[in-house]
Amino acid sequence: MCGALSARVPQMRRTSLLLTAALVLAGCGGTANGGSNQGAGAGGTLTVFAAASLTDVFDSLGGRFRQEHPGVDLRISYGGSSSLAAAIVQGAPVDVFASANAAQMDVVAGEGLAGEPAVFAANVLEIAVPPGNPAGITGLADFAREELTLAVCAPEVPCGAAAEEVFAAAGVAARPDTQEEDVRSALLKAELGEVDAALVYASDVDSRGTLVEGIAFPEAERAVNDYPICTLADAPNPGAAQAFVDLVLSEEGQRVLADAGFRTP
Amino acid sequence: MSAVRAARRSRGTGVPLPLMVPAAIAAAFLILPLAGLLVRAPWGDLPAQLAEPAVGEALRLSLVSATLATAVSLLLGVPLAWVLARSQARGRSVLRALVTVPLVLPPVVGGVALFLVLGRQGIVGRWLDETFGVTIPFTTTAVVLAQTFVAMPFLVVSVEGALRAADARFEDAAATLGADRWMTFRRVTLPLVAPGIVAGGVLCWARALGEFGATITFAGNFPGTTQTMPLAVYLALQRDPDAAIVLSLVLLTVSLATLLLLRDRWLSRSGAAA
Repeated sequence: MCGALSARVPQMRRTSLLLTAALVLAGCGGTANGGSNQGAGAGGTLTVFAAASLTDVFDSLGGRFRQEHPGVDLRISYGGSSSLAAAIVQGAPVDVFASANAAQMDVVAGEGLAGEPAVFAANVLEIAVPPGNPAGITGLADFAREELTLAVCAPEVPCGAAAEEVFAAAGVAARPDTQEEDVRSALLKAELGEVDAALVYASDVDSRGTLVEGIAFPEAERAVNDYPICTLADAPNPGAAQAFVDLVLSEEGQRVLADAGFRTP
Repeated sequence: MSAVRAARRSRGTGVPLPLMVPAAIAAAFLILPLAGLLVRAPWGDLPAQLAEPAVGEALRLSLVSATLATAVSLLLGVPLAWVLARSQARGRSVLRALVTVPLVLPPVVGGVALFLVLGRQGIVGRWLDETFGVTIPFTTTAVVLAQTFVAMPFLVVSVEGALRAADARFEDAAATLGADRWMTFRRVTLPLVAPGIVAGGVLCWARALGEFGATITFAGNFPGTTQTMPLAVYLALQRDPDAAIVLSLVLLTVSLATLLLLRDRWLSRSGAAA
């Protein structure tokens, strides 16, 4: 880790100590989300950037793709849509981008980098509770209960923006204890039993099997989240990229998505 | 002292080339990314960002929690370093390896591990909840604990190194003069390794101030109670990278200013003692 090197020198000169300390605190702060920087093209590497919520579906479809295209070296990188979009804008050599919302696709399209985005799935919010629902959560209104420990996504990320919409639509003054940085970490806290309820996507609840229970609520319809996918204008491997997008949009791709709890267009 | 300096000067002050080149590369590698931030920063936004109440809140929380984490680390970590450096107990090397695990553990995993012990369903946390009605996660206490978990090993490693480097004969002399081990520790060992403790404390504070992964996992993220500056920076990065850069620079400026102030107050004195 970034600190280990500096920690081994106890008697540092003062200035270098200060500099080290400053750099440690600067360097350990965030997480950079770099793309796999593999060369592509003739060798037949296909690089896909996909929203973290697509992990299970794209792993499954990726297996299928590798069977059908044994010559193509498929690499899928999962992350927050906004981090992925930022990496693409910064010049990451990517063939396909599948975003968890239209806004981040617009970021890429705004730079003239997206091909023609197509909506391939949609997701709605659901309440995730630990198995057995120990706090007796029944609906969105429970998010206003002070005595409960509740997780939502931070308003900066797509699931948090969707959460704000449904709370506004339902007229619920939510009192969350934490605004999580992404939907999977909100889900993790429900799974660990550390929160009484977390507001996540229906597909995330489905992905965890019996580890969490999902509670659907009617206001979820007010914030249906579309998932667009596109090949990128500068795709190093445009042929394989199109084949992958076609697979996602195919009947089979749509079936896998539906099985995972997504809505399909 | 001056004779030594004169001798050094007569040998020439130039840095040998085999040291100069890698040193220059190292300095450039470490400094250029910071310079990149400075160049890219939208300086015009700075006053507006600083006026934002959430920024002040996050900054205050960061400074308070990192300082508390450092205090806890000093209180518990210095004795631990002493045990590692001086005691003859068996299993010391295993203990040393174990207590430095947080240095290599991805902080997010550290956060999950803290849940398993201190969370509502954790081994100790469940008992705390049932007996006293106290739950730790998602509180400022959780922020301090997460930072302490990640930062204390820096202090322990520094202080243990200082203890090993210190001349043990002073302690032996104190013992022959009738001081017991506790008195020897307070009156001889502690002053002897003070510079190492200060250095370790500064490293620990800096690491706690920059802590992200364990904090956001174990303490969550809520403005005012658990959202420290690194968390605010990360979330700003999702929406507005320019704002994130400005926030990082605020954190950097405040921490550098604090460290420089500390240097003048404490390091110069302990430096003179060294």
